Amino acid sequence: MRHLIGMDDLSIAEIDSLIATAEDIIENPKKYSEVCHGKKLATLFYEPSTRTRLSFEAAMMELGGNVLGFSEAQSSSAAKGESVADTAKVISCFADIIAMRHFKEGAPMVASLNATVPVINAGDGGHNHPTQTLTDLLTIKREKGRLTNMTIGLCGDLKFGRTVHSLISAMARYEGIRFVLISPEELKIPDYIKHEVLERNGIPYEETTDLEAVLPSLDVLYMTRVQKERFFNEQDYIRLKDSYILTPLKMAKAKKDCSILHPLPRVNEISVGVDADPRACYFRQVLCGKYIRMALIKMLLEEAEKEGAR
Amino acid sequence: MNVDSIRNGVVIDHITAGKGMLVYRFLGLDKLNCPIAIIMNAASRRMGAKDIIKVDIDLPLELDALGYIDPDVTVNIIENGILTRKYHPGLPEEIVDIVKCKNPRCITSTEQELPHVFRLTDRETRTYRCIYCESKAKN
Repeated sequence: MRHLIGMDDLSIAEIDSLIATAEDIIENPKKYSEVCHGKKLATLFYEPSTRTRLSFEAAMMELGGNVLGFSEAQSSSAAKGESVADTAKVISCFADIIAMRHFKEGAPMVASLNATVPVINAGDGGHNHPTQTLTDLLTIKREKGRLTNMTIGLCGDLKFGRTVHSLISAMARYEGIRFVLISPEELKIPDYIKHEVLERNGIPYEETTDLEAVLPSLDVLYMTRVQKERFFNEQDYIRLKDSYILTPLKMAKAKKDCSILHPLPRVNEISVGVDADPRACYFRQVLCGKYIRMALIKMLLEEAEKEGAR
Repeated sequence: MNVDSIRNGVVIDHITAGKGMLVYRFLGLDKLNCPIAIIMNAASRRMGAKDIIKVDIDLPLELDALGYIDPDVTVNIIENGILTRKYHPGLPEEIVDIVKCKNPRCITSTEQELPHVFRLTDRETRTYRCIYCESKAKN
């Protein structure tokens, strides 16, 4: 059974194919409005998430399918102590595909080992969030017209930011990519990303604490929120949360075609004044999220059907 | 010590000096009630000093953990007083329930019955990562 747990589950060709399908959906939504008729998506969200859950649900509805599920652990059988493995086996009896978000790292992987339907990781703690990465790739492709030969700046919480880790791993597979990693010392990118992804593959990168100094060199700036829920100590969070705030004044230093992305929700790291700037892509990015999830659900259900037919 | 001096069992030779007790614990030898000899800091031409463990036992021993703890050791299998097999275990691709994931955010920290599975992700640095959360294995 095919699942999507991390970006490594997809080849470059498959990523490109998903992006192509998503772009076709954007151009021809009617063509896809019934492709999941009679199918059910279960959204198992053990951790609150408005955007990702609604994006999955909207995606399935626009494909003509139905959705069921829960949006917090307390309203699920997890509150009674059921294991993720058992939940996956049970939900496989009700749904054709599962999207799972869990506060524990690796929970969707456990679900995939036990489910008899495809499982999509919709975020597991600070670990993976592959559909956000696919969203980011589709956004970059649509904004820049390519996924190769560019300088990508990643700014903010690079230590706990799972979207950042996934995006680096995914973009590192394309040619001519250079990264600029902008963060306070305490929130620097983990060593294993530097050694096992960047250095091992000979990907050029630079680490800095100064956003303004590197802003003019960036083709894409990916801003992130300092996430309160990833800190054990609230004082550390308060000390670091305002490290970088992107304002219209700073945007004056950016390239004319620099694309500003953010996985959202933002707190204050991008001033509202930047929203009107045509280079601000983060709301278009949300829309891309729905389309790429449509493409992914369609692909996984088609593969599951083929497997069933064998 | 002569490796053929036991009738049936295993002699684990060329253990990195000082790792003998670690190997003893990881292999669960403390739970056996057969004769076991641990020799620490024995002279070695190749290594300078080495540890050796000799286990006098009829049953086959579970030695999967060895390659993870000290992959350059030499395992000598003795049957009926004869050395029947000699090998270096090397790095296993996967280890199951040999080390526990210490990441408090990992699903294994709350779901007690899950096997703790680590995969070799970097042969050069001998790095193993949890298949669930990708944290590095720590002894």
